[in-house]
Amino acid sequence: MSSTDIHIDHDIHHAHDEHDHHLDQNFFEKYIFSQDHKTIAKQYLFSGIFWAFIGGFLSILFRLQLGWPEATFTFLEPILGGWIENGKLNPEFYLALVTMHGTIMVFFVLTAGLSGTFSNFLIPLQVGARDMASGFMNMLSYWIFFLASVILFTSLFLETGPASGGWTVYPPLSALPQAMEGSKGGMTLWLISMALFIVSQLLGGVNYITTVINLRTKGMSMTKLPLTIWAFFLTAILGLLAFPVLFSAALLLIFDRSFGTSFFLSDIFIAGEALSNTGGSPILFQHLFWFLGHPEVYIVIMPAFGIVSEVIATNARKPIFGYRAMIGSLIGISLLSFVVWAHHMFVTGMNPFLGSVFMFLTLIIAVPSAVKVFNWLATLWRGNIRFTAAMMFAVGFVSLFISGGLTGIILGNSALDIQLHDTYFVVAHFHLVMGAAAFFGMFAGVYHWFPKMFGRLMDEKLGYVHFWLTFVSVYLVFMPMHYIGIAGFPRRYYAWTGFEAFSGFADMNTFISISAILGFTAQFIFLFNFVYSIIRGRKSTANPWHSNTLEWTTPVLPGHGNWPGEIPAVYRWPYDYSKPGSVEDYIPQNIPFSQTQSSNLPQERDFE
Amino acid sequence: MANEQIKESNTTTGVHPLKFSLWLIIISIIMMFAAFTSAYIVRREEGNWLEFDLPNILLINTVIIVLSSVTMQMAHNAAKKNNLKQLKFMLLGTLILGVAFLIGQWNGWADLVQNNIYFGGTGSNPAGSFLYVLTGVHGFHLITGLIFVAITFFSSLKYKVHSKNMLRIQLCTTYWHFLGGLWLYLYIFLRVNH
Repeated sequence: MSSTDIHIDHDIHHAHDEHDHHLDQNFFEKYIFSQDHKTIAKQYLFSGIFWAFIGGFLSILFRLQLGWPEATFTFLEPILGGWIENGKLNPEFYLALVTMHGTIMVFFVLTAGLSGTFSNFLIPLQVGARDMASGFMNMLSYWIFFLASVILFTSLFLETGPASGGWTVYPPLSALPQAMEGSKGGMTLWLISMALFIVSQLLGGVNYITTVINLRTKGMSMTKLPLTIWAFFLTAILGLLAFPVLFSAALLLIFDRSFGTSFFLSDIFIAGEALSNTGGSPILFQHLFWFLGHPEVYIVIMPAFGIVSEVIATNARKPIFGYRAMIGSLIGISLLSFVVWAHHMFVTGMNPFLGSVFMFLTLIIAVPSAVKVFNWLATLWRGNIRFTAAMMFAVGFVSLFISGGLTGIILGNSALDIQLHDTYFVVAHFHLVMGAAAFFGMFAGVYHWFPKMFGRLMDEKLGYVHFWLTFVSVYLVFMPMHYIGIAGFPRRYYAWTGFEAFSGFADMNTFISISAILGFTAQFIFLFNFVYSIIRGRKSTANPWHSNTLEWTTPVLPGHGNWPGEIPAVYRWPYDYSKPGSVEDYIPQNIPFSQTQSSNLPQERDFE
Repeated sequence: MANEQIKESNTTTGVHPLKFSLWLIIISIIMMFAAFTSAYIVRREEGNWLEFDLPNILLINTVIIVLSSVTMQMAHNAAKKNNLKQLKFMLLGTLILGVAFLIGQWNGWADLVQNNIYFGGTGSNPAGSFLYVLTGVHGFHLITGLIFVAITFFSSLKYKVHSKNMLRIQLCTTYWHFLGGLWLYLYIFLRVNH
């Protein structure tokens, strides 16, 4: 890493305010190996959308199996080939589908696609910087991610199938090639891909943190930053601290798989034969994995927090309620996220006293989360709400976050978790609170910042259709899942019709599958809207939402260096909406107090 | 490719962004070793742990890497005073000491193998495997550090490192001291937990 850093400042010298400069770039420099944060953000967005459709499609495949366990799927043979045997989905391939759906969605869509897109796009624009601290490292980050993507995508086409041990890849299942087909080549590629992915995220995260700390424009103090930036900043810190630990775990697993070590393996009999490995501990892997794994769920959800705060304040035409409480709760969630990992491991036979410590720490997270929800609702309260598509998704996010968060309080109790662990209740909980909710944050961000990215507006009517279909189907999918989870229906089972206790849920599972297909189909409306609007969308103005933050002071399509002239200085916080006495209902951050004497508050008169 | 040259004076904190980035990279490396060493402790507490003596050569290696930190700092000071002859000499010294450290570590592994402590395979125990992983991953980072020192050395031959152009050698010195400090931590950790 260090050896590459030093090349960076060669690029900085040339072109002092020469804006014709970017015309000299050839196609590759401008669109492929670009060091411009806006282009890199779009590359992440396109990759994220691509992966989201793959990940969603995989989930539809296993929902078909769950919804219609007796059906024959010969019509899938053209795509799945040998994975359909006599019209039935291969059971090991079912596990591979579940694993790859989780891996793709958690890491490649909601980490890289969400943070990668919006941190890259918004950080320099909203803090008032020409670009990221190191454009070169930023480009490297994307292309290493791309390589990780190619490797994971290739693993889908292996004859022995992709990794199948669950997205948490617990050993010994994932460590022993003889354990299952997916633990052969597929698992090796999974680990290589993930190692590269971590390197990419670290390079990106280092850039985000450095840019926020070092490259803010004049007047932009930490307490004048938009909440988006606070969220991205803390997300990057979580990534920087958590991903290296996953890297360690992955490295030890690679050694166990390919070099005959026994970090996670001990006293194993397979097919009647004893393995030579002694002294390892599979629980050790879970500790290392969840030390990343828990912060990871906040890496997924915190950017959505930031985006939603910004979209709600802008479209409710009101200052965000409790700006400092919002920052405080983000910091609180970030700190707590590192001391709760063992709540994923209540059933590993851990000491009940230790379990109760982790239980209390877990339940404390409800406090900052509730502060955030309260503040969003209070911001909406008696606001001048404009129902743009982005706003719909932001409000939808709050709804999903509440419904999913409430079951988190249930699962955080070790006594209840032991009952519900590995049932569909857990699946329903985390899909609402971090899966669907993070997706809603991402959609809100895409609809809201689309005009700044592409200079055109997305179609609002199609946005509404997309919103309602998605919102309704998300609840139709995950609400019934709570119910079958409480009834004891286990996760990760390919076939459950053999169990008397569960055969009564066939109708419910069919219903969930139909809703899932409806929700997935609705995403094609988004895809059409997205692609069509890039080419033919209505032309946007520089500040279509009458928003306060700095990115809207750039031209419609910001060029290289973001602002044609000097970078604007910042005088006020980003939430001066509907300020009494002001002519307009918004005052951008770069307007000095001397120009707004009619609306200045008594303590602001000193700055005039 | 920002349009303005990034100088320390016009960043918000007065720190050059690359220096700041380097510190963040260091933090991520620390987290990685924190994971390894805490895994080591947790695993050791569970029993079934092979106790063996650390190779003696590790102490000599520790002395070598501390010396290399001294020469690196002297190179840095020489660059500040524009003493270019001493700068080149000290950078070369750091390179040689760094390579000597790596050779020493390699010999340490050879000692382990002679004592039947293996990285993997039948009869290996996580106790031994952990020692290989800790030294190996540290060694990998030391190689990246050596590449960085080599680049700084070659640019010093082209008279590109001097009191007006300190960024590269400052970054290099920070990273090298960190690698030395990391080894000291690992060595003390292994001595205490053995």
